[in-house]
Amino acid sequence: MSSVYDQLGGEAAINAAVDVFYRKVLGDKYVIRFFEGVDMDKQAAKQRAFLTMVTGGPNSYTGKDMRDGHRHLIKMGLDDSHFDHILCHLRSTLAELGVAQELIDTVISVAESTRDDVLDR
Amino acid sequence: MPTIQYDGQDYFCATDETVLESLERHGVMLPSSCKSGTCQTCLTRALKGKPPTASQQGLKDTLAAQNYFLACICKPDEDMEIGLATISPKYVAKLISKDQMNESIIRIRFELPDEFSYRPGQFINLIRPSDELTRSYSLASISSDPFLELHVKRVPEGRMSTWLFDEVTEGDELSFFGPSGDCFYLPDDPGRTLLLVGAGTGLAPLHGILRDALEQGHHGSIHLFHASLATQGLYLIEELRELAKQFTQFEYTPCVLHGNTPEGGKQGNVVDIPGQVLGSFNGYRVYLCGDPQIVSDLRQKVFMAGASMQDIQSDPFVFAPA
Repeated sequence: MSSVYDQLGGEAAINAAVDVFYRKVLGDKYVIRFFEGVDMDKQAAKQRAFLTMVTGGPNSYTGKDMRDGHRHLIKMGLDDSHFDHILCHLRSTLAELGVAQELIDTVISVAESTRDDVLDR
Repeated sequence: MPTIQYDGQDYFCATDETVLESLERHGVMLPSSCKSGTCQTCLTRALKGKPPTASQQGLKDTLAAQNYFLACICKPDEDMEIGLATISPKYVAKLISKDQMNESIIRIRFELPDEFSYRPGQFINLIRPSDELTRSYSLASISSDPFLELHVKRVPEGRMSTWLFDEVTEGDELSFFGPSGDCFYLPDDPGRTLLLVGAGTGLAPLHGILRDALEQGHHGSIHLFHASLATQGLYLIEELRELAKQFTQFEYTPCVLHGNTPEGGKQGNVVDIPGQVLGSFNGYRVYLCGDPQIVSDLRQKVFMAGASMQDIQSDPFVFAPA
């Protein structure tokens, strides 16, 4: 079976999703402090990589990268509640782009599987 | 079998092999990470030859136009010479004119060296011959101008700007390297709406981009917001008003933080004004130049108001004293 990534329309769909997703994240006062002072272009590239990974597109995801990339945020207080907010933005991004519910559930379960890596547990 | 030239050496790229794989096979380790075209760590530039379009996925259009590509997903169609930077010859040109634009900004024009080509809005690195002090300045001229033009702000205790203001005179020779930068007009979509916002000498690249767009027949709307603390800090007001009369698609809005507002202008924070006037930036191509804090705040504002990250070009200036 083809991946959600292919069913969505590949790279072009991911580019559209990055804008919607990143806009939701930056608009969320509960998580914004983790993104302040971050280079927006670099951050958008990371989000593109993340969205590519959770939709099953070409990626080289490693749990170690995820741990190393978020450890400094854990010192700032990153916890499950923030992770939940991001999942919520991911879910609404996909819904807004008209992705079918079952595909959204698949993507969310992949994203959920990174929780312990992101929170370094 | 395409040949990849890197750092003076030739490397053969096998069928179905990426540039990154080919170089790694020969012991050349470019920085890379995801190997799937997403993280952009392996961003490389083709100095000769053209990279396949597929190897430029996710890159900003102005980077793609300068033949940047992602080595990890690039299966070359033709021979290429690659590297991270072009090596610029040192150009020497005589100063033609120096004009005071307002209390703290001068416009300098100097000869266009024969072999020098650039895209208006890019910058050059100007060198002071006595000690090789180097500073970056954006090009405000366009390719059909018979000169190069820079706008220079007097920086308190700034060595380069003090020298340019007080010592350099007509006929003196200036030397420079360049051009560089990815803040320039692209003629791929002449009907698109453009937003240009800058403070102070951030107008220099925007003036180049604006005139370049008009000369290339851009017919979509072009909105320019030029800001300063007060009216005395603005410049080129009459020229820009004249352009707005001549080209109906162009709209010029001078902005001041306080004091009297020039006719047709706005008072307030330039970070907020474009959004107040235009509402959404969905589908816009955006150019932001000047003070780094203003550029950074505007970038977030226009993105949140609908501009795509891919379509926001910015050039934050750093003003170095001493």
